[in-house]
Amino acid sequence: MNAFEPTAAATVPTPKPSMVIHAVILGVFCLGFGLILAVTDSITVDDIAARAIEDRQNSLSQVIPDEVHDNNLVADTITITNAHGMEITVFRARKDGRVTGVAYEIYGTGYAGEMKLMMGIAADGRLLGVRVLAHKETPGLGDKIEVKKGDWILRFTGLGLGNPAPERWKVKKDGGEFDQFAGATITPRGVVKAIHGGLEFFAANKTKLLEAN
Amino acid sequence: MSDYKTIVKDGLWDNNGVLSMLLGMCPAMAMTTSATNGFGMGLATAVVMAASSLLVAIFRSRITQEVRIPVFILIVAAMVTLVDLAMNAWMHELYKVLGLFIPLIVSNCLPLARLEAFAAKQPPVPAFLDGLFMGIGFTVALTGIGAVREIIGNGTLFADASLLLGPAFKAIELRILPADTGVLMMILPPGGFLVTGLMVVVKRMIDLRAGKEIQMGGAHSVA
Repeated sequence: MNAFEPTAAATVPTPKPSMVIHAVILGVFCLGFGLILAVTDSITVDDIAARAIEDRQNSLSQVIPDEVHDNNLVADTITITNAHGMEITVFRARKDGRVTGVAYEIYGTGYAGEMKLMMGIAADGRLLGVRVLAHKETPGLGDKIEVKKGDWILRFTGLGLGNPAPERWKVKKDGGEFDQFAGATITPRGVVKAIHGGLEFFAANKTKLLEAN
Repeated sequence: MSDYKTIVKDGLWDNNGVLSMLLGMCPAMAMTTSATNGFGMGLATAVVMAASSLLVAIFRSRITQEVRIPVFILIVAAMVTLVDLAMNAWMHELYKVLGLFIPLIVSNCLPLARLEAFAAKQPPVPAFLDGLFMGIGFTVALTGIGAVREIIGNGTLFADASLLLGPAFKAIELRILPADTGVLMMILPPGGFLVTGLMVVVKRMIDLRAGKEIQMGGAHSVA
């Protein structure tokens, strides 16, 4: 018999018992750890949701001062579609039932991608405050937009659509009103543009935002 | 007992994950823009390494050679997810600082290398200690790289440490150089390569001076 002639077993390998064992071992480990993860998830899911609401409350309380509202901001929301077809969740501040201000997230384009901000506006259209929630800007340069790293972002409080005039809603380098940072112009430019866009959104939807239903 | 001493010494210095074996280079360079960041990343990695080494050692006789790699990855990924969920729910302040780093541990090859090289062949106690001290050695290396980059790049040391460790650590937040004098490049990616490389050199020079044999990077990590 030719030793080199392939046998049927070599060309069509039948599963050896040991292969089945490997599959069973892997399967049991997957099942076991899957169960552990499912249990952990069900234990932690409520706490994690509660933490997310606390985080939102924290960021809202920074842009809506306590004295302008007596309601729970997180619970009083409406959804409005903006000019770009994006759905914006608006948190409303009320005092004695009347809407005294609104807050919503705005998005800007920085040097390293999208920046997420939260802005609060009083019913008369003045800014109550702006805070950066998330960004990927260069540490030491662009991150001065965070309130933790500098007070640049506080400059916007009290401003509105006509104050300064529309052509002055830019960084100084572009002939506007606001400081850029040494070595970082794109980041503050993006923030200024986002805030101005947020103010325009407020002006465009003012009646809908402020009606007390 | 000398056995345990070797494990501790290997993890912290002789066989240090970053400075000797050159493993875990991604977090070692990407996450070390400050000493605090490096420390946080190291800490989270140490917890995952200790837990997964212990588990692998317990189950080592049940895991066959053929499926060991998927099982190891499964165990590391499960530990990472557990730490991530538990911290998000119950240590939320810490999670806001460290949360970014935790999923990255799965992509770190140091835990996997130690499972393969050590935990798969050893009883639970030494395996646990190996994972723990390799993790602590990793923490020390990352904190060191982060400290050098932060001092030269930003002029500070342990900035924001109080966010990670609590208000009591406000005192270790130092300003070494005057503001705005830092060499920004050290915080950007090139600084990570430069400082990591230089620290490997320094470690080897110290070893040479002590008359030790230089262990070649990586060669013995997958023994």
